[in-house]
Amino acid sequence: MIPLDTKVQPGSGRSVAARRRRKKLTFDKVSFMVVFLGVPLVIYLIFVISPFAQAFYYSMTDWSGFTPTMNFIGLSNYQKLFADETFMKAVGNNILLVIVLPIVTIILSLILATLVTVGGSSRGQIKGLRNSSFYRVVSFFPYTIPAIAIGIMWGQIYDPSSGLLNGMLTSVGLNQFKSFPWLGDERTAMIATIFVIVWSFVGFYMVLFVAGIKGIPAELFEAARIDGAGRIRTAVSITVPLIRDNIQTAYIYMGILALDAFVYMAALNSGGGPNNSTLVMSQQLFFTAFNKGQFGLASAMGVVLAVMTLLFSGIVFLVNRLTGGNKDVSE
Amino acid sequence: MATNIEAAPRRSLHFEPRKVAESPGDRVFGAISHTALAIWSLIVILPLLWTFMSSFKSSEEIFSSPFALPKVWHFDNYIRAWTSAGIGSYFLNSVIVVGFALLIVMTLGAMCAYVLARYTFPGSKAIYYLLLAGLTFPIFLAMVPLFFILRNIGLLNTLPGLIVTYVGFALPFTVFFLFSFFKTLPHEITEAASIDGAGEWRTFFQVMLPMAKPGLASVAIFNFLGLWNQFLIPVSINAAGPRVLSQGLAAFAGQMGYAVDFGALFAAVTVTVVPVLIVYVIFQRQLQGSVSAGTMK
Repeated sequence: MIPLDTKVQPGSGRSVAARRRRKKLTFDKVSFMVVFLGVPLVIYLIFVISPFAQAFYYSMTDWSGFTPTMNFIGLSNYQKLFADETFMKAVGNNILLVIVLPIVTIILSLILATLVTVGGSSRGQIKGLRNSSFYRVVSFFPYTIPAIAIGIMWGQIYDPSSGLLNGMLTSVGLNQFKSFPWLGDERTAMIATIFVIVWSFVGFYMVLFVAGIKGIPAELFEAARIDGAGRIRTAVSITVPLIRDNIQTAYIYMGILALDAFVYMAALNSGGGPNNSTLVMSQQLFFTAFNKGQFGLASAMGVVLAVMTLLFSGIVFLVNRLTGGNKDVSE
Repeated sequence: MATNIEAAPRRSLHFEPRKVAESPGDRVFGAISHTALAIWSLIVILPLLWTFMSSFKSSEEIFSSPFALPKVWHFDNYIRAWTSAGIGSYFLNSVIVVGFALLIVMTLGAMCAYVLARYTFPGSKAIYYLLLAGLTFPIFLAMVPLFFILRNIGLLNTLPGLIVTYVGFALPFTVFFLFSFFKTLPHEITEAASIDGAGEWRTFFQVMLPMAKPGLASVAIFNFLGLWNQFLIPVSINAAGPRVLSQGLAAFAGQMGYAVDFGALFAAVTVTVVPVLIVYVIFQRQLQGSVSAGTMK
């Protein structure tokens, strides 16, 4: 969800000065390094890394958390999971989300970003659309709202009898929606949920893409224009290829979010929706762990989730590279 | 805040009379662009406005006339949400937890990033990948073991436990962001400081940290949003403890079934949304700048 830069690595570049200083190990320097590295890393190891590591071990036990005994049962938790229809349904829903959510969000935010940045006059200097910063500020609003508040708010909007959506639809004469349960109908529950997530992230990625497009030298757009490329051609052949790294970042963040999606699902349909149509793995994990107390099985679900996340990121990197993306993206 | 939400759509109307563009094609395209963007802005704003408006209505009024302005402005919805639903104390808890976590993670993150960025030593790569792992794995995987780690040290269901967990999970992002920032600061300055007799500690706190202020501000904004909106961590390891805002809001929405006091629920949502929205509108320039800084380097 949060943009980060992973291109610079320790030990790379500009280390001449550092190397020169490396020889004298004074107390000042040693104490400095120990405290500065030690304190953050101890917290990090105890509260982040060790839970991750333990989860892998727990996933191979039948531990229920409150008993002192913990039997090692190998991979049978995983066998149980893959035979469990409800969990597989959740996996399927996550896969659907991971395919649909990033694509819809990215296309929509790309279109809006393109309109903002190259929507200006076709003569003279390359300019963005006039007065467009207002749209950027407004579209970003949902990103600042806690996901749970977004979920509750949209739960009310979708409310069959008093919600904003059905009220609007009936007021324009679509009476068949008078008390249509958007979240209670198996056909629409998932779509309605996806819309909420898209709603909350389009603005963020729009801002990200606007920044990316502004980073493209104006000469490129001018050259394309002189060569006779229209607006759509420019967007497809110039803008998109040049910000493909941003698009890849966006795709990965949205995908990781789609594989989690816990808050939105829990707020909109805490029980998993009609016929489990919006149930996701994270909900199932939470329920198994903190309601049923089957911590071993829940950890196995967590591992499946983690493996799928890594697999997804790997596929995105691979596809981007195979289709000729920037070679040093993963460096 | 009332003025902020209400002023927004009025401003969008103001844009529609366009100035004369250079060519008819431009004018058409400009109009289409503005229409498309305005429609999306409406889709964003309408739900927020509706929530805001409903927060002043009685439950019956929300049901009977969802679109009308409230007949009587029920400010008591806010009082009920704040006191009897406990949103006030949840709000305070959130401020405490996020405040302390932010302070600690910024300090520790800056220290860690500084050492990683400015010194070469064996193991620095390993630390880097360890931090990367924390960013890649889903938080969900860690929740079950974390629950027991915190229980063993007696921090389960306490605010300090929440703070230290927030610090741990916000650390990798903070370090990565500040790492590239410290890399770009010129080495000559540290050399000058050391020639002038400043030790490592002094150089960091009196020279480097002040220079990193823009970077620190950007990360702090993102961390604030991330932690303030955090939901999974509190519901997992603080389920029985003093609730934070996101947690309390979910409980409030879920606890009452069909007897929900809708007016108060909308008021509670508004109370959650509005402070952050105000902060965003004030700092939006810096924030949008840092979105690009974080991704474009």
